[in-house]
Amino acid sequence: MIRIGSGAGFSGDRLEPAVLLAEKGDLDYLVLECLAERTIALAQKRKSQNPLLGYDPLLEKRMERLLPIICKNKTRIITNMGAANPIGAAEKIVEIAQRLGISIKVAAVTGDDVLKYINADDRVLETNEPISSVQHVISANAYLGVEAVLPALETGADVIITGRIADPSLFLAPMIHHFGWSVEDVDLLARGTIIGHLLECGGQLAGGYFADPGKKDIPNFAELGFPFAEVESDGSAVISKIEGTGGLINLATTKEQLLYEVMNPYEYITPDVIADFTSVYIREIGPNRVEIRGGRGNKKPDTLKVSVGYQAGFIGEGEISYAGSNALGRAKLAGEVIYERLKEEVQDLRIDYIGVSSVHRTTYGQSHPYEVRLRVAGRAATLEEAVKVGEEVEALYTNGPAGGGGARKYTNEVVGIVSTLMPRNKIDVQITIRESVKNEEKIV
Amino acid sequence: MKKKLYELAHSRAGDKGNTLMLSLIPYNEKDYPMIREKVTVEKVQKHLKDIVEGDIVCYEVPNISALQFVCHQALLGGVTTSLGMDTHGKSLSYALLEMEIEV
Repeated sequence: MIRIGSGAGFSGDRLEPAVLLAEKGDLDYLVLECLAERTIALAQKRKSQNPLLGYDPLLEKRMERLLPIICKNKTRIITNMGAANPIGAAEKIVEIAQRLGISIKVAAVTGDDVLKYINADDRVLETNEPISSVQHVISANAYLGVEAVLPALETGADVIITGRIADPSLFLAPMIHHFGWSVEDVDLLARGTIIGHLLECGGQLAGGYFADPGKKDIPNFAELGFPFAEVESDGSAVISKIEGTGGLINLATTKEQLLYEVMNPYEYITPDVIADFTSVYIREIGPNRVEIRGGRGNKKPDTLKVSVGYQAGFIGEGEISYAGSNALGRAKLAGEVIYERLKEEVQDLRIDYIGVSSVHRTTYGQSHPYEVRLRVAGRAATLEEAVKVGEEVEALYTNGPAGGGGARKYTNEVVGIVSTLMPRNKIDVQITIRESVKNEEKIV
Repeated sequence: MKKKLYELAHSRAGDKGNTLMLSLIPYNEKDYPMIREKVTVEKVQKHLKDIVEGDIVCYEVPNISALQFVCHQALLGGVTTSLGMDTHGKSLSYALLEMEIEV
């Protein structure tokens, strides 16, 4: 049996749950999944400005807390916090370890950056147009599978740091490594993938993103514990969390996470296997203990998915609030004014009424809110044009309907993502080792 | 009697590009056959007509007594370039749960 913890579900996730897992989880592996689809393109931009950067911005904070504990407890970390610069991240981890007087071995996994292999006539999956139709490409990263992580595990490194790896593969790799599973055994690969999929979003398996007071209550919600799995050699697992932490792991929370972001539950495609999520059985076996059993798979696809990041201009936004009688009427009048003034200049102008219809883009049933916030967003090719959206909203203070307050304006650079496919044989995985030694060992 | 799906089931939204996935999980597994029969693709398509521009596919997931609705062209282009407030469409699980069925 091995114990694998999930210490982060996204780049900005809380720090303490991973620390608690490392301290009290008796873990063999702690996985930190920190790389959303767009994150790597943004990281690539940071690296192009400073070649030492391009790894996760929270790397130092997380490692400073975790390294002393994982060294003491012999837990290995697997993380995609390398983002656009896994080797730079490995060197930063060694620097932190040296500062803390810890001896550590770090393995950086590279080979996901396939920008130089992208061909103009490769097809964009979303549009079926050639890649050449995408302007200002800044990054292309293949979703690598366990084949990229396994050689890093074999080096015995304490920390394995990668760029783009399919999220479930970060969890499946240590199972294959530990149990000696064949990478041809599609059923075992499917089971490990399902466990990885359940764990990859951290708190989302333990009552996070689940709570709805009165309907789906979660105990001690502010102190949500993150999940870990005790995985057996047959690919079954028990999922639980550290005793005394908040949150809830039961049939309902597990069902919600099983289907999260799943395009086809009969064919969940990863670089390692095509897993059938309808073949797995979930059972509550105790308080905050859920058993995952069974699962079938089919052979992995011949191609790998590649995320291509491109510069997509700028978005300008502005917001202002109205409250009291006829709040919605005044907000709508303000929206009409903004539309008249910007419709010629700004492409794709969007006007929303926060408190009424801004997130569902419609309403079900009547709504008479006490306060409404007008929100305007527009796309622009340049920052100068994007700024105008917020400026027009701000100008409603003295030129718009009565009682407008709390105006705010924002601009953001937009990085878009499209996908394409690439044959596996173009991928060249490299493992780079960086090590620190304790000061006293150096003297000896 | 009409009931909101909110009373009978829970849901989580997910996104991939411009595609929105909405699970529908009855609180009581005994309600699964009834929900599977009443919450048809056609009804969901009609209910989400102001949100989903493309087709909707429904997958039955009998091992956990749940449905998965996969909605195409539903996220104003997708999280990275959308001008919407909720670029992921994360709040849209509760749009599905507003749907009413006769029970």
